[in-house]
Amino acid sequence: MTEIDLSPLRAELKKHFLKSMPNSNLEYCLTCGLCASGCPASDIEGMDPRKFIRYLVLGQDDLLKNTNWLYTCSICQRCEYACPMGIHVGRFVYELKGMKPKELRPKNLQKSCELQKEGNSTGVPNADFVWVVGDILEEVHANEPEWADLKAPMDKVGAQFYLNQNAKEPTVEPEEMVFLWKILHAAGIDWTYSSKWWDGANYCLFSGDPKDWEYVTRMQAETVDALGCPTYINTE
Amino acid sequence: MLFATLEGLKRFKIPHDFEVVSIISLYAKWIREGRLKLDPSWNTEGLKFTVQDPCKLVRQSLGDPVADDLRFVIKQVCGEENFIDVWPNKSNNYCCGGGGGAIQAGFTENRMKHGRMKFEQLHTTGADVVITPCHNCHTQVKDICKYYGGKWQTTHLWNWIVKALVR
Repeated sequence: MTEIDLSPLRAELKKHFLKSMPNSNLEYCLTCGLCASGCPASDIEGMDPRKFIRYLVLGQDDLLKNTNWLYTCSICQRCEYACPMGIHVGRFVYELKGMKPKELRPKNLQKSCELQKEGNSTGVPNADFVWVVGDILEEVHANEPEWADLKAPMDKVGAQFYLNQNAKEPTVEPEEMVFLWKILHAAGIDWTYSSKWWDGANYCLFSGDPKDWEYVTRMQAETVDALGCPTYINTE
Repeated sequence: MLFATLEGLKRFKIPHDFEVVSIISLYAKWIREGRLKLDPSWNTEGLKFTVQDPCKLVRQSLGDPVADDLRFVIKQVCGEENFIDVWPNKSNNYCCGGGGGAIQAGFTENRMKHGRMKFEQLHTTGADVVITPCHNCHTQVKDICKYYGGKWQTTHLWNWIVKALVR
């Protein structure tokens, strides 16, 4: 006689989420499909937001824990925006990403977070960032006389604006930073970079561990406060 | 990314003495106050511009006001008549497929499939330039343009502000 697998009936994930996220409205789903119809990730890996909620409610825990859709869904929250019942689909995806053991997560994603915790997502030494900024500024001074007074302040205590720079620019396309400096200069803005925690990205938001996300945010916040800048900006 | 900081400070109740502001809204403010003077007359060929609203910045953080500021700045740069909006847009916009760590995660084929709707949406505008304030969007919009055979140029906003800048 074949043994029937009763484990889906236990729906452990659902039980867990109902307890850990009592406001997630998980059981309110009407299966209307508004979420799936406006989701650009629908049908990829055989999944969409409506199916995702059905699987969760019906206890298909293993399928949800193992689907690569967790890394295709960008938690853009358009499904939640469309959902008439206010179901927080993205929060379940986020939780599942965090439940995955680190060694089973996409390597580059986890690595970006690990590097981020050391200061920036690319692993470039802080001294290199400072050097690149100075070098590019010198180039502008040498080649563009109309911008001879352009500045790129570093660790300026009490500046009005603290600017976090995405690590992509100093490492891959440093000339892109100059546009930003020119705008700030033309507008007469008092601003500064920091020589540490200068990366405006935070890949730990995507790997799934709230503790990592919190740590990086905390370090960035302490840096801004240590400089005494009243306003934080980044590149967007 | 502004969302990671803004939401992180809130969610983890991290004490701080500063305010987090979008630089896009500051550009708009500085233009309105006359601190930044822009002139779109450089755009003699009538280059058409459109925009990618970053999900995390718009829908999940600051809402339509920052999307409106974004459009205001772009129009100051390229000329009102040269901006073509996408549909749906602002808080209701589609994700480009590059967020959530998808670029680092490595499932490239899935990422391109995810970007198909965004490609069609941008392609329909017929724009020559797609402005992408978010770095993830920037990489993804560039990648889907190449993958699906688009012809637009994917750029940040700052390049064009400097192009239109009057000093």
